[in-house]
Amino acid sequence: MSDSPKRADGGRRAWLGAAAAGVAGVVLAPGVRLIEVARAAPAKTAGADPAVRWGLLIDTTKCAPGCEDCVRACHAENGLAPPTRPTDARWMRKVEIKEMKTGRQASVPVMCQHCAEPPCVDVCPTGASFKRADGIVLVDRHRCIGCRYCMMACPYKARSFVHEPLAGQKPEVPRGKGCVEGCTLCVHRLDRGQALTACAEACTRAGHGAILFGDLNDPASEIARRVRELQSTQLRADLKLDPGVRYHGI
Amino acid sequence: MKTIAATRNFWLLVAVGGLVTAVGLGAAHQMELHGHVITGMDNSIVWGLPHVFAIFMIVAASGVLNVASIGSVFGQPAYKPRAPLSGLLCLALLAGGLMVLMLDLGRPERVIVAATHYNLKSVFAWNVLLYSGMAAVVVVYLWTMFERRYKAWSRPAGMAVLLWRFVLTTGTGLIFGFLVARQAYQSALLAPLFIVMSFAWGLAVFLVVQAAMYRWNDRRLPPELQHRLARLLGIFIAASLYLVAVYHLTNLYFERQAGFEAFILRDGGVFPLLFWGGYVLLGSVLPMALLLHPRPPGEAAVLAAALLVVAGAFAWLFVFIVGGQAYPLDIFPGHVASSAFGDGQVATYRPTAPEWLLGLGGLGAAFLLTTIGVRVLDFMPQDDLPTARP
Repeated sequence: MSDSPKRADGGRRAWLGAAAAGVAGVVLAPGVRLIEVARAAPAKTAGADPAVRWGLLIDTTKCAPGCEDCVRACHAENGLAPPTRPTDARWMRKVEIKEMKTGRQASVPVMCQHCAEPPCVDVCPTGASFKRADGIVLVDRHRCIGCRYCMMACPYKARSFVHEPLAGQKPEVPRGKGCVEGCTLCVHRLDRGQALTACAEACTRAGHGAILFGDLNDPASEIARRVRELQSTQLRADLKLDPGVRYHGI
Repeated sequence: MKTIAATRNFWLLVAVGGLVTAVGLGAAHQMELHGHVITGMDNSIVWGLPHVFAIFMIVAASGVLNVASIGSVFGQPAYKPRAPLSGLLCLALLAGGLMVLMLDLGRPERVIVAATHYNLKSVFAWNVLLYSGMAAVVVVYLWTMFERRYKAWSRPAGMAVLLWRFVLTTGTGLIFGFLVARQAYQSALLAPLFIVMSFAWGLAVFLVVQAAMYRWNDRRLPPELQHRLARLLGIFIAASLYLVAVYHLTNLYFERQAGFEAFILRDGGVFPLLFWGGYVLLGSVLPMALLLHPRPPGEAAVLAAALLVVAGAFAWLFVFIVGGQAYPLDIFPGHVASSAFGDGQVATYRPTAPEWLLGLGGLGAAFLLTTIGVRVLDFMPQDDLPTARP
């Protein structure tokens, strides 16, 4: 298969030169254009108040098994079709639990826990997963490349991947096929000045009063007062992620 | 000599490699068009078959450089003529693996974002730098081997490659090692485990490619060299098996991991089957028996053993990646959990045709690059020993 070393060397040089020029042209030309496009992406949301830590207190003693008022409200608010398949996005779900030793049961709404030390933010290669100054953990839909590493890293199964093209999106909740998403604590409402998330509002309106939303950092707030007075736990507290969602009664 | 038959065979191989690659690209296009809903992946199994293929190729890419390292860095003369082929295979496997990884992204067209925005706390972001850096150092290394004026730099370049690939495979292991959420991962042992596995998988791939090249050129590997390479692969398989055993034994010692280990090793259906039958028996014990037998193994036995190691690698990666996600997250320790989102249940996963085709397309791309490289750049190992077939 080989010719004389000299000829082989000359052939190699010529081939390498041509290959290098070709690769450089193919890689650089669109790259220069794409870098411009990437840099033109909108800047991150500004204006979140670092003095605030938004959070939820969920009182499972008031949460009825099978009641899905909060889940329905969440999905309606954010323009998600009612999920039926494992590929459908679920930003919130009800988990029915039973303690193995005692048989004690509880019904627990689970969503993004808005950790102070979020593993999804740590692992995200592009910084698309980020935590706002007010503690809300979000995904920048312009920067998410859909690698799903955050879903591998989340201990709460709180994130969903958009598996197919979307229709009927809400303008205030942009979503995108091929991106990862999850509970935003209704950030669009908060940024408009509304005081409640859709889940908390629905739960209160239905008279259950199991979900309380507010600023955990404000000692005068209802949520801070209740967290002070009631025994509450964080899910997977052993991981020390300091979630912004607390549970009473489990 | 490039005979007419050799040229015809070359174009035939290019056509086969090109076709497989094109089918893989077509599958990726379908995935982009319709979304990942056409795959078997869902919100529980988020990484499926494409990751098995991609991680195999990336880990093997690092391991295939063994041969070059033993030649350049440790000065073993029998390995030196094989160093260029080992470098080429590294580049080809890296390209194939990255192709699969990138095309399995939800937004592959945004790959430029991954190159312009780095979260330096992310192991994935480190890996983006490690993979591109690996390709760069291997190119420099190949250059020092081919360009006579730079021959003196071959050893330092080989050393740089050796160090870089240790870091690269550490990085690949840590993609999983740093995941605290899931019981299958979160172990520092995964970094050395991936390094040792890379030795075995890379050498196995090298032996398969070398056997094919020698056969097509109607040449024969010197028996003594064949014996040495076979024994080396046998030792690498044994070392991998040892670290896998340690990984499972440490897990079995921790009570909180008992359920997960019972699932992977005994109760989990396809996963224990692939682990014991695929990885342990076919991918490790059988090739070790073939390679470390007191009577030196023949050509066919070495090739069979190398192919078994590759098959075992796929079995192990499937168990590790998919099995690790199939076991439910323990969000409520001490409780039985159930929900409409699969809480407390073992997730099911059935890979679909686009996933298989994308993965095979990556292998096709690696094959294509190797074929072209070997032909154009003349990578056939040139031993001084008599090698013609009798």
